[in-house]
Amino acid sequence: MLRDQDRIFTNLYGIHDWGLKGAQARGDWDGTKAILERGRDAIIEEVKNSGLRGRGGAGFSTGMKWSFMPKTEGARPHFLVINADEGEPGTCKDREIMRFDPHKLVEGALIAAFAVGAHAAYIYIRGEFILEAKHLQAAIDQAYEAGLIGKNACGSGFDFDCYVHRGAGAYVCGEESALIESLEGKKGQPRLKPPFPAGVGLYGCPTTVNNVESIAVVPTIMRRQASWFAGIGRPKNSGTKLFCISGHVNKPCNVEEEMGIPFRELIDKHCGGIRGGWDNLLAVIPGGSSTPALTKDICETVLMDFDGLREAGSGLGTAAVIVMDKSTDIVRAITRLSRFYKHESCGQCTPCREGTGWMWRMMERINKGEAALEEIDMLQEITKQVEGHTICALGDAAAWPIQGLIRHFRPLIEAKIKGRASSAA
Amino acid sequence: MSNETEMTSFAFTPENLELAKKIIAKYPAGRQQSAVMPLLDLAQRQVGWTSIAVIEAIAEMLEMAPIRVQEVVTFYTMYNQRPVGKFHVQVCTNICCLLRGSDGVGDTAKQVLGVEWGETTADGLFTLSEVECLGACVNAPMMQVNDDYYEDLTPDTTKAVLDALKRGDTPKVGPQNGRQFSAPEGGPTTLTELTFGTEKA
Repeated sequence: MLRDQDRIFTNLYGIHDWGLKGAQARGDWDGTKAILERGRDAIIEEVKNSGLRGRGGAGFSTGMKWSFMPKTEGARPHFLVINADEGEPGTCKDREIMRFDPHKLVEGALIAAFAVGAHAAYIYIRGEFILEAKHLQAAIDQAYEAGLIGKNACGSGFDFDCYVHRGAGAYVCGEESALIESLEGKKGQPRLKPPFPAGVGLYGCPTTVNNVESIAVVPTIMRRQASWFAGIGRPKNSGTKLFCISGHVNKPCNVEEEMGIPFRELIDKHCGGIRGGWDNLLAVIPGGSSTPALTKDICETVLMDFDGLREAGSGLGTAAVIVMDKSTDIVRAITRLSRFYKHESCGQCTPCREGTGWMWRMMERINKGEAALEEIDMLQEITKQVEGHTICALGDAAAWPIQGLIRHFRPLIEAKIKGRASSAA
Repeated sequence: MSNETEMTSFAFTPENLELAKKIIAKYPAGRQQSAVMPLLDLAQRQVGWTSIAVIEAIAEMLEMAPIRVQEVVTFYTMYNQRPVGKFHVQVCTNICCLLRGSDGVGDTAKQVLGVEWGETTADGLFTLSEVECLGACVNAPMMQVNDDYYEDLTPDTTKAVLDALKRGDTPKVGPQNGRQFSAPEGGPTTLTELTFGTEKA
């Protein structure tokens, strides 16, 4: 188990003062000027060497992403955009960072912005997080007042402005190009890539988009060095990670743990085990609603990191672990997700706009027991017609939970259909 | 769009107009359109919903075509396209809340308020909505009332919160079962060896 002294988010549960004084007592804003003085390339190299992979779901190397930005600022200014539009069902980690450790994010924003040559950062926070936006704004105001950001941030000679921008309730804005569109004051519909944001992003300028957790861990990585972070977890899956464990465990919670922690250890140590005992486990969605569910057999041994979960046919995603015990009507649960994706499809691509509706209606038919057995294969076929045929990953996200259900829990689907058929007979 | 209430004109109050100018200044010159979402939110906080009059006023302020503002209003769920009650009760029924008993929360809210999803009580006090994931999943089931989250709900505590609001009281926000935010119930399993002298009383 990760030792307390290796935990980054030391105010995860809001026990301490989240303001500047409290943050400084916990080590934030310590030697920030010296970090900046190391220079852009050294910072990017350190983050690359730490092995940090994006904590928003895709798992792309954060340092690598920063290195895609132009080396020098041309006619177009650079921007840093922080994705705080936390909306993947099951995920509630960035919320804790923003309400209880906002200075980690503001300090990380300064370092990241410096590394990509941006003098302004926009933090796009989901609209419903009103308290969190207030804490974040208060932290930014404190940092300005203390000279930590603004003109000549931390006495470094670097000018940096940081702004909070509130969203208004659209899951798709968590997709980086939709988020940029939204930030420009438009409907949040994803853009075709390429061009990627590092070339053409916010206002057509070079832009880096990073998740809150990815940015908030950077100051600690810089202070404790890449080797410390890289030494936690497994190769290519290094560092600590905030896990959000919800559903049928005895004690749902958020917890910071080592990447690659076995699923069973995570649940037993921090969540008081599966409700009704280990043998009562039915299924686990390991990385937020878009990742396919795993069976109990897989969960016996699976390691909770990018590669461990990919090998198991699913994904780490946002590390939002949704646990379902045997009392769960998993067909109903996945049907609810299908309704979510139908609601959140932005309507731009036909396979997603129409497909999410078809998939939801077929899931409803199955859930009510009104479907015929052969419709399971028809549904599978539709998921394949949506997957990979859309601009952004929302279509995939809508398809994967259903594919996971059919792959691992087909007998339960059939039982639902047959149950209705036999009770009608 | 069907307007249940007429609103023939809209203008920001002097205080809100000042706020609006500050918001617009957060974005680069010529990029004032970026302020459309925060200004719609500000207007909604002033008058309760985003009427055609609100849309036209903001369009003029930001030099946008009204249809572009209308597109934003209809794309995002947080803009009320018709008036809502004094308390907008939004119950999450997505997967994590479903697994932890959001059926009971929803049924209780309907029963206590005497309305179905999407309806407003006759006295105009409450509007009840079923919503998608609000990002408090380890504290499920939960609901949001105006700006505040009420978490770890049961049918009983759901009723208690709504009854308190009816009486004009201010119920305690956050977990309703005494939990320390998102720590495991009964106390944290981590961060117990660290002290910083910054613990809250």
